[in-house]
Amino acid sequence: MHLGEVIGTVVCTRKVPAWSGQRLRVVQPIARDGRPSGKPVVALDVVSADAGQQVFFVRSREAAHAIADAFNPADAAIVVLVDRLEGGAGPGR
Amino acid sequence: MRLARVVGNVIATVKHPALVGAKLLLVDEEDPAGGTRGRPLLALDTVDAGEGDRVLVLDEGNGAAQVLRAPRGPVRTVIVGVVDEVDPEPRA
Repeated sequence: MHLGEVIGTVVCTRKVPAWSGQRLRVVQPIARDGRPSGKPVVALDVVSADAGQQVFFVRSREAAHAIADAFNPADAAIVVLVDRLEGGAGPGR
Repeated sequence: MRLARVVGNVIATVKHPALVGAKLLLVDEEDPAGGTRGRPLLALDTVDAGEGDRVLVLDEGNGAAQVLRAPRGPVRTVIVGVVDEVDPEPRA
């Protein structure tokens, strides 16, 4: 599961029924040093992340399993709010 | 599976129920020279790994659910082995 930062919220009045009541957020994948790493993705948010918060999100089919009705088309889902990360501050160790 | 290094711990109070009770570690994929990429993944530990260990990481949901003996959930990345050593094979 990947480290990211919440940079936005997506509002869709019309969406697939399985996503009814679910939040959709824009997540920027980041490296351990906080720098962006790749393109932003839209993810289901089942943990109520704050804007700017560091999170872990899961990609691909497993993302759909974040909500009870797993027959939904999510390919990314925020599943962890980071309190803090210990160790691994620098790359190339 | 991929070779990776455990580079830290993740402290997280709020998480999906599928992750509650699991030991959450930061793992960074390792290249053959032993360098890491600085883009660690969150992995669930199943083999009592710790920071600094070289480990074998599975990044696939069905296998993860089987190893964790849990129903399918939003979980992909699991530490499935602690590597003692990797012996290079001599080329024929």
